[in-house]
Amino acid sequence: MNPSSTHHQRTSNEVLLNVNQVAKSFGGVIANNNVSLNVKKGEIVGLIGPNGSGKTTLFNSICGSHPIDSGSIVFKDEEIKTFSIAEIARRGLLRTFQHTKIYTGVSVLDNVCISFPRKKIPSYLEMFNRLSKETIAKAEDILKFVGLYEKRFLLAGSLSFGQQKLLEFAMILMSEPELLLLDEPTAGVNPTLINGLIQRLIDINRRYGVTLLVIEHNMRVIMSLAHRIYCLAHGEVIESGLPKQIKNSKKVIDAYLGAK
Amino acid sequence: MQDLLIFFSNPPLIVQAILNGLVIGGLFSLVAYGLALVWGVMNIINVAQGEFVILGAYVTFYFAKTGYSPLWSIPLSMAVLYLIGWLVYRTIIFRIIDRDLFTSLLATFGISILLQQLMNLAFGADVQIVDAHLPTLFIMDHAVAIPVIRLISFILAFVIAAVMVLFLKRSRLGQAIRATAQNERAAKILGVNTQRVYASTFAINAAICGGAGALVAMTFSIHPYIGLPYTVRSFMIVIFAGIGNFSGVILSAFALGSLEEIADFVLGAEFRLAFIFSLLVIVLVWRNWRLGKKREYLK
Amino acid sequence: MKSSLQKNLYGYIICIIVGIFIPLVYPSFVVQFAFAWLFIVMALTWDLQGGQMGYNSFGNIVFFGIGMYTCVVLQIIPFFSLAEWSEGGGEKTFTHTNAQYFRGLLLGILASGFAASLIAAVLGSLILRMRGHYFAICTLALGVAVGEMVSGIEILGGGSGISVPVWPEAAGSIDNRNLLFYYLALGLFALCFLILQLLLRTTFGGTLNAIRDDEDKAEAMGIAVVKYKILGWVISAFFLGFAGAITGNMVGFIDPIDVAFAGATYGVWMILMVIMGGKGTLWGPVIGALIFHVFQELFWTYLLGWQRVALGALIVIIVVFFPKGILGYFQTRSQVKNLSRST
Repeated sequence: MNPSSTHHQRTSNEVLLNVNQVAKSFGGVIANNNVSLNVKKGEIVGLIGPNGSGKTTLFNSICGSHPIDSGSIVFKDEEIKTFSIAEIARRGLLRTFQHTKIYTGVSVLDNVCISFPRKKIPSYLEMFNRLSKETIAKAEDILKFVGLYEKRFLLAGSLSFGQQKLLEFAMILMSEPELLLLDEPTAGVNPTLINGLIQRLIDINRRYGVTLLVIEHNMRVIMSLAHRIYCLAHGEVIESGLPKQIKNSKKVIDAYLGAK
Repeated sequence: MQDLLIFFSNPPLIVQAILNGLVIGGLFSLVAYGLALVWGVMNIINVAQGEFVILGAYVTFYFAKTGYSPLWSIPLSMAVLYLIGWLVYRTIIFRIIDRDLFTSLLATFGISILLQQLMNLAFGADVQIVDAHLPTLFIMDHAVAIPVIRLISFILAFVIAAVMVLFLKRSRLGQAIRATAQNERAAKILGVNTQRVYASTFAINAAICGGAGALVAMTFSIHPYIGLPYTVRSFMIVIFAGIGNFSGVILSAFALGSLEEIADFVLGAEFRLAFIFSLLVIVLVWRNWRLGKKREYLK
Repeated sequence: MKSSLQKNLYGYIICIIVGIFIPLVYPSFVVQFAFAWLFIVMALTWDLQGGQMGYNSFGNIVFFGIGMYTCVVLQIIPFFSLAEWSEGGGEKTFTHTNAQYFRGLLLGILASGFAASLIAAVLGSLILRMRGHYFAICTLALGVAVGEMVSGIEILGGGSGISVPVWPEAAGSIDNRNLLFYYLALGLFALCFLILQLLLRTTFGGTLNAIRDDEDKAEAMGIAVVKYKILGWVISAFFLGFAGAITGNMVGFIDPIDVAFAGATYGVWMILMVIMGGKGTLWGPVIGALIFHVFQELFWTYLLGWQRVALGALIVIIVVFFPKGILGYFQTRSQVKNLSRST
């Protein structure tokens, strides 16, 4: 099955995220040099490139982890480059980290419940809201979807690595993002489980209507997952296009093999 | 405000404050250097740093009672504190070295309180001074006083620091300490006995504090409860300069010393401690605010 | 988990009933019992911050001291000149009439919590943006700094402290006074425990836990972390301010370094009580505070002269050997607190 062809028609032409000429350097080291890319609503876009090519830096720039030197980042027609991490997240742009991050000290279900959508800063009164029945039911549904329902009352920190990864997805789904940035979702995952993970990501995209921008090292994964792919090298976009085009691009192959 | 004007229109006052500040700064930089050493190598902030200083000072105080010049007790203070540091490591610190940051903070805070109380019982709560029987020099028409002991303290602080830096650079143990600071696991695999390295690091830090304490006893007054300000000062210096920035440590120590002297004159001596402690809060808030512009924070 | 909620409620009601009757059974220990409730309140407020929110503060004593001074000042200024009062030297003695005393007390106690909260909001917005070691050391310095500053304020009695209005003769014997403050302390515990437990069962409690477990993640999920942290600190300070007001009146004389802003005693004790009982657990702070109080009384009775050394040693021993606390050892995985099951 080639998933990209089965649901390609769902993507619209509405540009959700537009990264334009973004540059970022640390000290004298240029991590991103005039990077431009865009993600349309409903798409799965891949971001590949050799180690140190600036993929994670670009993610951090988009999510507001650090200010950018120049360029613009527009999300849903709004310039977000000066916003903080939380402000960006509240607008529906979420991310995962290379290292799984969950709330280890509370139960699995609480992890998901407390990730309810936070679209605006709550008033002092709203901060003391109780969890509604609907929120809990929704969290339980999502846990069923990722396959952690049976473990919902366990301490999240006691889950295995793979289960924590699933829990992280559940938390993300709970908070209803419009665009999700995934930083190496298959890193450290047992190869036999990777196919299931790919299917889940496609489900997230289709069932929950979440647009995805994915950093991935595993070529097989990204080729079967993404509709379009950008390739970064030395902090610049060297190639972009359909998976097929990327696979056959001489520039991309050279970048990975280290030729100039 | 008026005091500030008087201060700055009076050159001898400025010179005096800067000279005093340099001497104090020399001592502070020594304590801060030890703090940074333990922080960098063991990832522990030793809140009992100040108590080690005061313990070293009491060693000198009792040595001076024998009638010899207290200057000779510097190596003694260092040796005694080395042993105490080793003992504290072997009984307490090695059990908490892998725990979270707060545990080590609280444990060393507990050690600090324990040492204060033990010193209070052993030496009494009185304020003590050690007289080295050295003259005082006067410059600028007798307007600026420089006790010779302060000059000697200043020089000795640097001698101790230089010896420590050389030791860490050249000796085999020093190399092991630096290797462990960079990567504990790699050092372990390469055959470094990291437990011994930690114990030595902690003991060396205590010895540095002991040496500083000996100088403190001769330059200022001491009592069992005056340790915490030294901890806070050294912490302030280290965060201002950054761990491992030796010249930065010395410069910020001088700056802090001079600032304290000026604040003493302008605010009055009763606000000295209030000044030091609130300065730390202000420095931290300021640093954090600066980092906030880069969307980072102190952690 | 209905049953656990009920169990907690039973425990709470038993506490209150025992609290109401125990001074009638052991009238000579009223002051000790009152301190026990105050210690529990201190432990509860610290646990909200250290155990639930993960912000280990050495400086919460500031709010205790501010509550204490606010209360005393408001007990004095409606009736007398504060400057003359605090001048000391015993040249002039002041006595409150019955009505003055109680009006002042009511005003002072009511205001103390709010004053502490206000200061917490201001300080929190400045220092709750830093984390870990830096936050802990900053609060340590803050505690000492505020104590030293108050020591320098002449009108508050400076370093030698200020006396609290004495119990008016018309109100009966000193036993009445002790009983009044005992029941105030009990009431404060009842209020503090109930409100904190209710708050922790809302999304507020869950969000504080999220911040404790992974603040970067919480931020990346859109949580306004600073707002939650400040509110957490403000609530903690609120009850601590009241505790300070009551303690000040029971001690009778306020000294800035040794009583009000005593970082090395009350300040670190409240942390120790929580660690002893079990950080982040429901009953941990309560049990920890009670056990600590017993230790402290025993040390003061049998180790006179060495009591402070023993307490210092106790801190080190608890932190090194029993870091999870009493409840931490008994708590199993199945007893994980479930926000989603407590509704």
